[in-house]
Parts: sequence; structure tokens; C-alpha cells
Amino acid sequence: MIGKEELAMRVALFPTCVNDTLYPDTGRAVVKLLTRLGVEVDFPMGQTCCGQAHYNTGYRHQAEPLARRFSDVFGSDAYDAIVTPSGSCGAMVRELYPRMGERARAEGRGDGLARRLAPVVPKTYELTEFLVDVLGVTDVGACYPHKVTYHPTCHGLRSLGLGERPARLLRAVKGLELVELPGAEECCGFGGTFAVKNPDVSAAMGADKVRHAESTGAEVLCAADNSCLMHIGGTMARLRTAVRPVHIAEILASTEEEPLS
Amino acid sequence: MTAAGGTVHWAADADEANRIVTRLVRETGETEVVKVKSMATQEIGLNEALEEAGIRAYETDLAELIVQLGADRPSHILVPAIHRNRGEIRAIFAREMGRWGRPAPDGLTDSPRDLAEAARLHLREKFLRAKVGVSGANFMVAETGTLVVVESEGNGRMCLTLPETLISVVGIEKVVPTWRDLEVFLQTLPRSSTAERMNPYTSTWTGTTDTDGPRAFHLVLLDNGRTDTLADEVGRQALRCIRCSACLNVCPVYERAGGHAYGSVYPGPIGAILSPQLRGTASEIDASLPYASSLCGACYEVCPVAIDIPEVLVHLRERVVQGGEVTRRGVKVTLKPAKGHAAERAAMRAAGLAFARPGVLRAGLRLASRTRRFHPRTLPGPGRAWTATRELPKVPAESFRDWWQRTGGGKDDGRGGK
Ligand code: SF4
Repeated sequence: MIGKEELAMRVALFPTCVNDTLYPDTGRAVVKLLTRLGVEVDFPMGQTCCGQAHYNTGYRHQAEPLARRFSDVFGSDAYDAIVTPSGSCGAMVRELYPRMGERARAEGRGDGLARRLAPVVPKTYELTEFLVDVLGVTDVGACYPHKVTYHPTCHGLRSLGLGERPARLLRAVKGLELVELPGAEECCGFGGTFAVKNPDVSAAMGADKVRHAESTGAEVLCAADNSCLMHIGGTMARLRTAVRPVHIAEILASTEEEPLS
Repeated sequence: MTAAGGTVHWAADADEANRIVTRLVRETGETEVVKVKSMATQEIGLNEALEEAGIRAYETDLAELIVQLGADRPSHILVPAIHRNRGEIRAIFAREMGRWGRPAPDGLTDSPRDLAEAARLHLREKFLRAKVGVSGANFMVAETGTLVVVESEGNGRMCLTLPETLISVVGIEKVVPTWRDLEVFLQTLPRSSTAERMNPYTSTWTGTTDTDGPRAFHLVLLDNGRTDTLADEVGRQALRCIRCSACLNVCPVYERAGGHAYGSVYPGPIGAILSPQLRGTASEIDASLPYASSLCGACYEVCPVAIDIPEVLVHLRERVVQGGEVTRRGVKVTLKPAKGHAAERAAMRAAGLAFARPGVLRAGLRLASRTRRFHPRTLPGPGRAWTATRELPKVPAESFRDWWQRTGGGKDDGRGGK
């Protein structure tokens, strides 16, 4: 663990609109975790949504004002980094904001959007990425004596290339037994509006994911994205499975003194 | 190719291609043709068009034969009869082969060996009798005017060499400049489609030769929406597809929905981006195809020619819900948004407005928190799509932003801030 005095990092937290509204525990866990690691965390109050749902459903133009707002709120030089506990929102900023800028340019609207969004692109990090790559820690001093399996969500896995980072963090957690999830890399079937536009296929994918999680004998299925966990967890609750969903931030925030309730 | 004795025809669309092929077959005086497995001829519905003109087209690829005898539709690019099991195939062969030619042997079992042998005997008769062959091509090499067919069973080789007349219908995107370029694809295609280092049969031909093979060769170059697709900067990458089917095999949606659900000869992720471009987004199925994906990106990861299928899907979603400029037959036209998205557009606009003003968002959140005890477990209308199989998340007593403000960023929180 790195001492506070070595780091004087100041980060802006983007819990995401989903976590802000539905999963505040995850946002609180990130605050607790980063603070423990000596990082100064700020929550810019002007933030709302990165625009991912709009963009991915075909409403790129409606996503643009949200992206501009995101950049205005988070682009300040006062922040060394922007941290988000969501692989898909992280991918939205890093991968799709530049693409939005390019498309605007291709539509003859000039460089304005690309320039406006540019400041936030390189300094936005998904939480596990920030911990491993920027802070350079894998042992975050957490304690979570449970059997856990990890689901790598699609955007974290394929867009951001999180790779082994989450597993390395989890393996360093005291008391945690990490078991491999069969078919881990297959999508859980959430896919934003896909979940309601193609509910049958989405539910079938979700049920398979839950079945795989159950087969591991784990108590907890963790992931770095609550959107996917909302779908997986909603399926688990309906199927009344023994395994339950927990965001990785909450596991990493948990300590012997203050265990995750 | 012309110098080598071939004749080149241009077909702007499916109808024109079908007319050309029908005329060419009629000119030979024949009423039947043998076919090499070909996506392009499926795309234009050639068999049906020939049938109307009184010409019988016999599929000679084993899987296509199963589909044809079963009056069925293909469900996979590479293995069109993947939805059939051995028992079904046995029943189809026993029942149908006699009506199309040599009947299946008595006492046919469902062992793969017996089924393959029955198909061999049935097809051999066709190969030896047919005077006209119809094929597509996997590639065309521009520098020498050579066509290339890649296959596993050897039926293609028979169709390409035995008949007197050979007609090939090939999409214009299949051209590679040189043999050196071809080399790359001859390695890429089998590896990505069947995981073989090399496929069993690779046939190449250039026009006609005096000593062997067909006496007459016709190439029908098929556009059918390809030039228009090329005009679209984002969508054009779909034209790179070499039909390896790797994206189908890895797609969780294809795996569960099956190939027929895509309403086109091109199923799976590539179909979801190709059909709405080649056919347009006017029909209900074509407008829905861009949404037949969770955007998980597995297809992009395996695609040997790096088509960013999720990117094109999102691009086409935009076309469906927003309309926009597209090229149709070389002319720029502005599409209206597809019907049936009005409620969604309104919802997106409302969300956009709330997200533009944190105050509005916050008031909404507080209202949701205050009424959370009354939130139902199942929803009516479109919300049912969620609650039929999944619980709704519980709205928390306090949003993150309220907690942050109340506790000064967690600094004076009783419940585990700093
Ligand atoms: S899109 Fe790519 S993976 Fe899919 S069939 Fe075409 S070449 Fe193969």
C-alpha cells in the first residue's frame, strides 16, 4: 500500500448516472477506497450522464450535449484523472468521444466538438485501471473473506482491455477465494436497450450467465459495471439463486475494521 | 478475362442478374443447371427465378442439398443446414431424393457415412448430366482476370470443370488486385471459417481453355446495393467481409436466436450490418436488425478483416431512428426516421433534458426515492420486457449526490466514509 504523503493525486469521481441514482453504495465504496489510498476525491456536482445509452441506441446527436457537459465538468486541469467504476462508461469517453468528434468533422461541423472533448479522453480511467496503472497498486489493503467469481463485462474486456487487472486486485484481497467463471467472456445479455428490445434473447443470455456463476459455488459474482450487474442481479433475484452480485469497488473497499455489510 | 475468352455482364440489382443468368441458360437450350454453393446467388434468389423460367437448379454442396431437398432456408453462411440433425437429414433424403433424381438407397441409416454416400450417388448423376454450371466466387484476381472458389467437398470442382457452360455470379467487392493479395486471403479464410490451415479444394480459372473445362464462361458482376454501401464512410467496411462466418460462431445472439431470425441469407452479426445496407432500412426486419445485438464486441474481436461490427450497428441504429442521408442507386437521398420509435425518441429527449440540468435530475431522483415503497415489482407495457424475467433494482433511500452533499464528501458520514 502506498502512503498518503507519496501521492497527492486529485481525481474527479464519475460514479455514472446509474450508480448515482441506483447504486450509491458503489460510489461511496470508491470514495472510501481511493481516500484510503491517499487520493483526494472530488465529485463535481455539475455531472450527469456520459451519453452512452443515447449514443448506443442511435441518438448520437442527442448524446453530444451530454458529452460536452461531461467534458466541461470534468476537463478541468485541477484534476489529475477522472475515475469511473464502470467499464462501459469509461469506454464511452475513451473510445467513443473521439469517434463522436470525428463524425462531427465528417459532417462538416469542423473541429469544435473534437477539441471540446479532447481534454477528458486521455485522463479518464476505469477504477481497476486507475488502481493498477496509475497508482501502481494491486494490494489495496482490502479484506473480504468470501468465495468470489469475476465476470469481465464486455466493454471493460474488449473496449478498454482491462485484462488481468481486476483479477490481480481480487487475488490480493485478504481472505478472498477467487474461482474461475465458466464462459466468463461471453456477454451477460444486458446491452443497454437490448435488454428490453430483445428481452427473450437477453433473458436467455442472463440465465446462462447466472447458471455458470452458480456452478462455481461462489457466494458472490463481482464485476466492474453495475449496469451488467443490474441485469445479472435482477435475474438472480428472480431465480432466487444463492450467489449474489457485488460491484468490485465494494469488495476492494471492504476492510477488516469496516467490512462490507 | 475477356481476352481469355470469358464474357462479362454487369447487373445493377438482383432482378437484372437473374434476367441475365436466365437468358444465358436459355441460350444453351438446357433446362437444368448444377450449382456450386454461393451466397451471391442466394442473395438474389436465383434458384427461384430460374424455377419460374422452367429451369431447375440443383444445389450440389451437401448442406445446400439438405436445405433444398427439405424446402428449407439456410441458417448459417458456411454450414447452411446446421439447424438439422442426422435423423432429420435421413428422413429428408429418404423422402425427397427420389423426386429430384436418384433415390436414397434402401435402408438408409443416419450415420454420417451413409448419408454422405447417399448424397454422392445422388449428386454424381447430376454432375455427369449437367451441361450448365452456376457458381459464385470467393475472390477475383484483377491482374489476370482469375476467379477463385474455396471449398471442402469437391462438388465445386465438379461443377466448375464438367459442364460446357459456366456462369459465375460474383459481388463486385470480391476483387483483389493481385495474386499476392490473394495469398493473404487464402490463409485467412480457412483459418477463420473452419480452423483449417488450408481448405481441401481451391479452384481457380481464367476464362476458357481449348483443351479442357467449359467451352463458354460468363461472369455476372453483381452490384445490388454494394456501390451505395461503398458511399457510406462508416458502413462501407462491411464490404470487406470474406464470409468466413467466424462472427456468427462467436455471437451469443446468433447462438440463441438461430440463423432464420435474421430474415436474410446473411445471418448473424455480418447479416445485421449487411442486410440493412444492401436492402435499405424500410422493412420492419431490416430496421430491427441493427438492434439484434448487445454490442458485446465478440464479432469484432474475431473478424479476420477487422470489421468493427458494433460501430456499424450503432451507425445503422442512428439511420433507423434519426433518418439521414444515404445513397440509393448512386443518388443521395434523405431518409425519414423509421416508424415506431416516437416514444423512444421522446424518452431520449426527456433524458437529455434532465441530464442537461442537474437540478431537474436531482428533483426526479428525490421523487423516486420518496416514492420507492410504492414501486411495483412488475411493470406494464414495454417495461414488462424487463420485469418478465428480472427483478427491478431497488431505488435507494438517498442518491449518491445527496449523500455527498449531506456528508461533505463522506467526511462526516456515520456509515463508512473516511
Ligand atoms: S464479418 Fe468478418 S467474421 Fe463475419 S463473416 Fe465477414 S469476415 Fe468473417
